[in-house]
Amino acid sequence: MAKIKPEDLDKIADRMKKVMSLREGAGRAKITVHMGTCGISAGARNIMSSVLKCIKEAGSSDIIATASGCAGLCSKEPMITVEIAGKPPVKYIDLNSSKTEKIFKEHIQNGKIVTEYALAIGSEQTL
Amino acid sequence: MKNYRMHLMLCAGTGCVSNGSYRIKASLQKELEKHNLQNEIAIIMTGCNGFCAQGPVMVVQPDNIFYQLLSEKVIPHLVEEHFLKGRPVKKLMYIPSADKIPIPKMSEIGFFKKQRLIALRNRGLIDPEIIDEAIARGAYKACLKALNSMTPEEIRKEIKDSGLRGRGGAGFPTGLKWEITAKQASEKKYIVCNADEGDPGAFMDRSIIESDPHAVLEGMIIGAKAIGAEQGYLYIRYEYPLALERMENAINQAREYGLLGDDILGSGFNFDVYIHRGAGAFVCGEETSLIRSIEGYPPEPRIRPPFPSESGIWGKPTNINNVETWATVPVIIYRGSKWFSQIGTETSKGTKVFALVGKVKNTGLVEVPMGITLREIIYDIGGGIENDRAFKAVQTGGPSGGCIPSSLLDLPIDYEQLAEAGSIMGSGGMIVMDDSTCMVDVAKYFLEFLKSESCGKCTACREGIDVLYKMVVQICDGNGTLEDISVMQELCEAIKNGSMCALGSTAPNPVISTLQYFKHEYEAHIKDKKCPAGVCKALITFSIIPDNCKACMLCVKNCPQGAITGEKKQPQKIEQDKCIKCGVCYDLCKFKAVLIQ
Repeated sequence: MAKIKPEDLDKIADRMKKVMSLREGAGRAKITVHMGTCGISAGARNIMSSVLKCIKEAGSSDIIATASGCAGLCSKEPMITVEIAGKPPVKYIDLNSSKTEKIFKEHIQNGKIVTEYALAIGSEQTL
Repeated sequence: MKNYRMHLMLCAGTGCVSNGSYRIKASLQKELEKHNLQNEIAIIMTGCNGFCAQGPVMVVQPDNIFYQLLSEKVIPHLVEEHFLKGRPVKKLMYIPSADKIPIPKMSEIGFFKKQRLIALRNRGLIDPEIIDEAIARGAYKACLKALNSMTPEEIRKEIKDSGLRGRGGAGFPTGLKWEITAKQASEKKYIVCNADEGDPGAFMDRSIIESDPHAVLEGMIIGAKAIGAEQGYLYIRYEYPLALERMENAINQAREYGLLGDDILGSGFNFDVYIHRGAGAFVCGEETSLIRSIEGYPPEPRIRPPFPSESGIWGKPTNINNVETWATVPVIIYRGSKWFSQIGTETSKGTKVFALVGKVKNTGLVEVPMGITLREIIYDIGGGIENDRAFKAVQTGGPSGGCIPSSLLDLPIDYEQLAEAGSIMGSGGMIVMDDSTCMVDVAKYFLEFLKSESCGKCTACREGIDVLYKMVVQICDGNGTLEDISVMQELCEAIKNGSMCALGSTAPNPVISTLQYFKHEYEAHIKDKKCPAGVCKALITFSIIPDNCKACMLCVKNCPQGAITGEKKQPQKIEQDKCIKCGVCYDLCKFKAVLIQ
């Protein structure tokens, strides 16, 4: 990485949006595992392993797995956020490996939200 | 006020802004003027509505038409078709999915509904280890604005006008603090980020660093320019390994991008930060102790004045702010003080992050506008008391704070109102207690914490808290006298007056506030030898209500003392001389047959 110029901030933002918002064809789905201290102590590392295992077994190259910080609701960790391109994100709570595998099969692969583990759809209100 | 026939509510939440809602606004203005509609149609920038994935979004009123995924390209067509000719553009509209989604929206969930995220704006949305993701959400834009187009005076004025007050404890006006340090005549100045979060139950600083370290770094760069410092320290406690790791990584990435170091973004301004690992002493949250610790000495506070802004690290002017304060700064610079000061109350502007913990259904981090009531936080956001028990008190502000009773649940929260109720805002710890919490035991808990955390420099704090602790233990053991209460009150005053730093002088607060609102509980321990909440072991007995006992023998099998005996299929009995009051039988009994008295 080299030093950036003022105008590079917008360039980086535009480039990253493609990856982060799934909008311009970088992937079909994105799974964010919330890995703050609270999430990790509730088992988020196992959830991440399960997600990676599912992706590997499915042999899919268009599913992005990523980590993020605490989503705020510490008592319902581990949590993940699932996004399918063109659809609002869905947050899942109180997860374990088998629930994660089920979410992968039904939501990621078949597009059906697993309602019994889901908390809500949409994003949080910022500012 | 002008009358408009149509209002365009364009989202200005972080998500939509980073997807270009201000570019959309400019484009809309241009097109509206082209058709001479600017006096008929108003553009209003609104707060986030949680549809960030579809952003930028815009709601057209009064028709209530929801447009999504807007881009500059489509604006001329949209303005001409809908706003001039009155034909809504279907392909840009959000059409709800035909099959009803059976789960609620985030904005309908009580926990998230009343929150407004400023300091936590990127929580859960970016990978904190990838600087590009932070930049995609607008990080370092405010820093660019401050470095390239604002003078130090202008930055300070913006922060002063915003009404931002320190989020780490006392609520000192941030802009004023910066001004005092900036005005010192000294070649060298320092700024510090205090991440020595020591209040039991508070974890917002850790979480901000873990989820969005660049927000803190950006705030510090802006502050450094406003104050005239070229060097900053991040004082992070060693107990926060993940926060340390992510901050180190963030600093390295920022350095590689030239966002820290010499000539930041080509502005000619130099600034860099260093991490100082704290050993996790509560007293290091106090500014003068923290400075001693950075200098390599034992962390003992000293008399002020001189204040750190005059003489801090190595005797140089030093400005210390808390993590949450630094993380809020970029938003104020980017959006302006006017925007920020619209949120909150007369004396306390903006939002505050609270760590909502204890006997509440939803625990976690909540960021809410100042002026929200305790009841809204505990019942609407927290979902009410665990197991639907009765609310007793909420402890705010950590060991320096106090306990607020149910009669004050409708108190709007700001710095002044909390102080008037006998507590403080502090760093934002909020511990909810129900009717199974003994307030004398709570005072004992905090005193025990403070006793071991007192640095020992001032006699009043070192010895006073110890004596206070022993007296409270005596009361919990059923050996207290009514006279003890007045002696304790006198002792509290002595500790308050005889301690040099804020930690010592506020150490008696847990006792003072529990005595203020829950004196009857102390009296019950002393006069009736009873603990009303059933917590203090010396004052309670466990027994079995024969009518409720179904002789399932679950308690008999699990009692670690073998203290529960009885005939088969008959109500069981607890032998008092064997019982150690561990409560296992109470927790296990499915028939509510175990009675605590």
